[in-house]
Amino acid sequence: MTPNPDAPADAPAAEPAAGATAVAALRASVDAGLTPEAREWLAAALADAAADTPGPSAGLLAWEAHFAAARRRCGAAAADTVRVLILHAARADEQVAARVYDRGDAAERRAVLRALPHLGLGPGAVPLVEDALRTNDTRLVAAALGPYAAAHLGDHAWRQAVLKCLFTGVPADEIAGLAERAAGDAELARMLADYARERTAAGRAVPADLDRILDLTRKEV
Amino acid sequence: MRIFDPHIHMTSRTTDDYAAMYDAGVRALVEPSFWLGQPRTSPESFYDCFDSLLGWEPFRAAQYGIAHHCTLALNPKEANDPRLLPVLDELPRYLLKDHVVAVGEIGYDSMTPAEDRALAAQLELAADHGLPAIVHTPHRDKAAGLARTLDVVRESRLAPGLVILDHLNETTVAAAKDSGCWAAFSIYPDTKMDEDRMVRILREYGTERMLVNSAADWGRSDPLKTRKTADAMLAAGFTDADVDKVLWQNPVEFYGQSGRLELEPEKPEAGGATYEGNSILRGGS
Ligand SMILES: [Zn+2]
Repeated sequence: MTPNPDAPADAPAAEPAAGATAVAALRASVDAGLTPEAREWLAAALADAAADTPGPSAGLLAWEAHFAAARRRCGAAAADTVRVLILHAARADEQVAARVYDRGDAAERRAVLRALPHLGLGPGAVPLVEDALRTNDTRLVAAALGPYAAAHLGDHAWRQAVLKCLFTGVPADEIAGLAERAAGDAELARMLADYARERTAAGRAVPADLDRILDLTRKEV
Repeated sequence: MRIFDPHIHMTSRTTDDYAAMYDAGVRALVEPSFWLGQPRTSPESFYDCFDSLLGWEPFRAAQYGIAHHCTLALNPKEANDPRLLPVLDELPRYLLKDHVVAVGEIGYDSMTPAEDRALAAQLELAADHGLPAIVHTPHRDKAAGLARTLDVVRESRLAPGLVILDHLNETTVAAAKDSGCWAAFSIYPDTKMDEDRMVRILREYGTERMLVNSAADWGRSDPLKTRKTADAMLAAGFTDADVDKVLWQNPVEFYGQSGRLELEPEKPEAGGATYEGNSILRGGS
């Protein structure tokens, strides 16, 4: 994985202290909703992740199997957060995140994308975000545009992603840091205006979010 | 009428098929990984196929109100290419996924030693993962192929109740039923098995542990053959309850043994897909 040369230079560095607080809050919120049995399973899964316990078959760590089983053990509502916690406990770096993403199903990939801002990573995981943005799966497109993308995705790819959200019906509210990144972005404004013109010429409605984002581009940086 | 197609290759079908299947009553299906129609040249090609069955196809199916599950395996034909064998080492990771409800389809194609090894190894993988298996019977030399298949199944740790024997016909149904395995029939437009022959088999052998699928793929096949078989059953005097048993309850019971069946398709969520706004309906983006 090579860092994206197009990444914004002023990307905020990872903040371990704030990150740990955020993860503790995630753990507390998910624990509150789990059955005692699931809570116990999660505690054991996180311990396995911290200890790199060997897994059920060659080349597979115990936590990787837990990561796959999380939804069955903890329920659909908690699964994403449980998976984020497991990746965090496993201290997943860019290589590990990429491995889990590459071999994951759609829900696991979404969880890796949601975990990115909590793993203290540099720009090395941007290729995962770019991969998700190439898909036609709107759940992955939405998950790709979290705080990690806001901090690390290059300008061109980020603008294309905003446009893709409008194309595919992903609500603009899913785009982390939208107001900050759109502010003063003349190129994004041009792309949005062209898209609006194209829709109007075709006699089709302009997506409601388009005007909202256009307004954001007119704000001062 | 609710229909569960226990074997269909949606990756080679269009969204029109999904819509037509929903209209015909199909609410759930299982898609086994299989051959592409041409030989693969590397294991990575399998992982791309698995990705599709674990991501894109369930997403596509959900847009049309159909619950999608899959089965994963190294298929018999390609078990003969040594370049592809590393897939067997990656399978344990994939068999842990939520919507993988069996190992399959496995079995014999040309009955080679390489196919022997892949079949036995994957039956063990199924036993290790608490999953059932779809074992297809070969298209050529079918009766001998079934006998050899049954030997390998008996030698495995997998109970017969966890095994589907697929693509059966009049000459193989009796031995398959005697084995204690589930008997599955692929209904095709003009080969293998048709709906009227299927009705005769159901009359003779009953509806217990019997499964009917379309096995539709990129070849001459019809994703609505499950519904057409149901209609033929009703026309021949079977009751609604019989039809429901064969075309819904039986596949639910068989794949339910995985503990991973979810018969409500994943709802498009607020933060993602909307039916109207979805890229599938606009031909991509
Ligand atoms: Zn098949």
